[in-house]
Amino acid sequence: MDKRERETIRQAKADWEAEELAAFQARRPERQEIFRTLSGHPVDRLYTPAEVEAGGYEERLGFPGRYPFTRGPYPTMYRAQPWTMRQIAGFGTAGETNRRFTYLIAQGQTGISCDFDMPTLMGYDSDDPRSEGEVGREGVAIDTLADFEDLFEGIDLGEISVSMTINPTAWILLAMYVALAEQRGTPFTRLSGTIQNDIIKEYIAQKEWIFPVRPSMRIVRDTIVFGARQLPRFNPVNVSGYHIREAGATAVQEAAFTLAAGIAYVEEVLKTGMDVDEFALRLSFYFISHSDFFEEIAKFRAARRIWARIMRQRFKARRPESMRLRFHCQTSGASLTAVQPLNNVARVALQALAAVLGGCQSLHTNGWDEALAIPSEQAMTLALRTQQIIAEETGVTKSIDPLGGSYLIEAFTDRIEGEVTACLARIDSLGGTLACIERNFFQKEIADAAYAYQVAKEHGDHVVIGVNKYREEQLDIPFPLHRVHPETERRQIERLTRVKAARDTARVHTLLSELQDVARHEGANLMPITIEAVKAHASKGEIVKALVDVWGRYAETPIF
Amino acid sequence: MDPQKVRVLMAKCGLDGHDRGVKVVARALRDAGMEVIYTGLHQTPEQVVNAAIQEDVDVIGLSILSGAHMTIYPRILALLKEQDADDILVVGGGTLLPEDLAALKAMGIAELFLPDTPLQDIVRFFRELGSRRQAGQAADGAEGPGR
Repeated sequence: MDKRERETIRQAKADWEAEELAAFQARRPERQEIFRTLSGHPVDRLYTPAEVEAGGYEERLGFPGRYPFTRGPYPTMYRAQPWTMRQIAGFGTAGETNRRFTYLIAQGQTGISCDFDMPTLMGYDSDDPRSEGEVGREGVAIDTLADFEDLFEGIDLGEISVSMTINPTAWILLAMYVALAEQRGTPFTRLSGTIQNDIIKEYIAQKEWIFPVRPSMRIVRDTIVFGARQLPRFNPVNVSGYHIREAGATAVQEAAFTLAAGIAYVEEVLKTGMDVDEFALRLSFYFISHSDFFEEIAKFRAARRIWARIMRQRFKARRPESMRLRFHCQTSGASLTAVQPLNNVARVALQALAAVLGGCQSLHTNGWDEALAIPSEQAMTLALRTQQIIAEETGVTKSIDPLGGSYLIEAFTDRIEGEVTACLARIDSLGGTLACIERNFFQKEIADAAYAYQVAKEHGDHVVIGVNKYREEQLDIPFPLHRVHPETERRQIERLTRVKAARDTARVHTLLSELQDVARHEGANLMPITIEAVKAHASKGEIVKALVDVWGRYAETPIF
Repeated sequence: MDPQKVRVLMAKCGLDGHDRGVKVVARALRDAGMEVIYTGLHQTPEQVVNAAIQEDVDVIGLSILSGAHMTIYPRILALLKEQDADDILVVGGGTLLPEDLAALKAMGIAELFLPDTPLQDIVRFFRELGSRRQAGQAADGAEGPGR
């Protein structure tokens, strides 16, 4: 649309505002003076072509599977196959979680996603005093390769893709995964899935860390380099905005900080001399789908466009695959309420729909009971059925990017792109992503946004049904909740003790000392020696301890 | 003691990294005029109790979202008792099953706040706590010298 045509529309809109709108408002005023998105951005009464950025269709939107990928990363999207339905599961021992995986696969789930307990995330063995009370609580407990054998018992790793929510210890679990595939004779070329492995967002938001920033970045670098060369279908890092948003960030901050992390990983790997087009296509992303429907859809589309431009302009990528942002999505846990918990079913369905209209590649829908406990099997089944209903009943999968061209969606997409780009420029001006972590920039921004959100919610600016509006006397929970097996911790410690008793301990010690040598050489890759160590049944806690002796631990300066 | 001037140690214990809630509550209490210290993440119960004693706080506000509450709260209460510091109250917040909530209150946790609790309710609770302690200290003082 040319400038003159836009100007004509703008004038017509002003005329409409002065005439029909003004007359109508005089009789029946609007409910509030300013409407805002969940992230606080003002929302106009009506969007027209005049509010959409100028510029050519192909340059801004283009075609799915073609730069700048605004309309989707692939040319066929859900017409070929729907997104991967990937419900996360993980609790108790590996055997217990394996039964949940098997159940979910039988219900039609098309990918596996695994949650690990806090000791596994933080690198403590189950028998460590710091693990007391936490073993198998928030996820499954994994100490050695023997646990991985149980976890994937009866599941063909060459057939189903596996996503692992694991960060500071991700490289150890990747080593276990590769070792298990080797043991079973599954070729590495057939392994698909993801380790989250996004340490930057740990410092920023999720706060599960072990080592200081620089060696942690080196670990991520080593997994990307190893993955790019050995695991052509595996994503060695899943750059995550989910936790940033859950910690209180706005939609713009979520997108900006996530892309800032992506930039830092690309820079880290480029330092090894690897060509950008050799690894960039293996980077994957992970965003939240929160409750402001249109803002979220626009965020996904904007993120694809910005990343494509960053990869082409900043990093001089040449292959389209290097510029194509693919993402996993999860509905928002923090938006769910403990009161009137069945309302969460509706929240999850709408958030999931936004993820699909935004073009996600895989999706986890939360259980209605997540504000109360780890989701029960029934709650997970219902959440999976919600995805199946969207995919197979609503018809929204039949055409690609069906909201593309909506004046509102395009105006929101442009606005988010502009704000994210400005935020990325600010991060660069402060010295880049890692410098911003070290000066607590992200942490402060998120804490401020979280507090502002809470205050707005309490003033009733953000309605949460059942919490600040339509409250009821608390009724009984309508279905049984997940209960942690009281014997899990004891059983897991016994298993670890048995594994340690049966292995060649001298060999483990030799390998751990070799691992320390590799760690001291900044240019060396940690993956091969770690794979050897896990094969010899070195435990995750032992591997971490060996490297803490070399690198020390990260310490945060707490702020609030 | 000015009831506004309750000294609070906000704490995170165990491996749990969820710190959105603890920071929002810490800021709300500070904005309400209380003296708030925040331990940061990944503290052991021993570290929390030692910090509470050293900082001479009236109350520990513990946030646990990792499911380890039935291990951590009793340990904190026991340590306070051991150190003869069980006049320091312990208040908690996080995701809890109803039966755990009842058990923890019976054990001596002064109050537990579940998700969705309005900040103003939490602030009011801490204020009243300050007033009660002030009244309690005045009564202690009335026992006369030689105490």
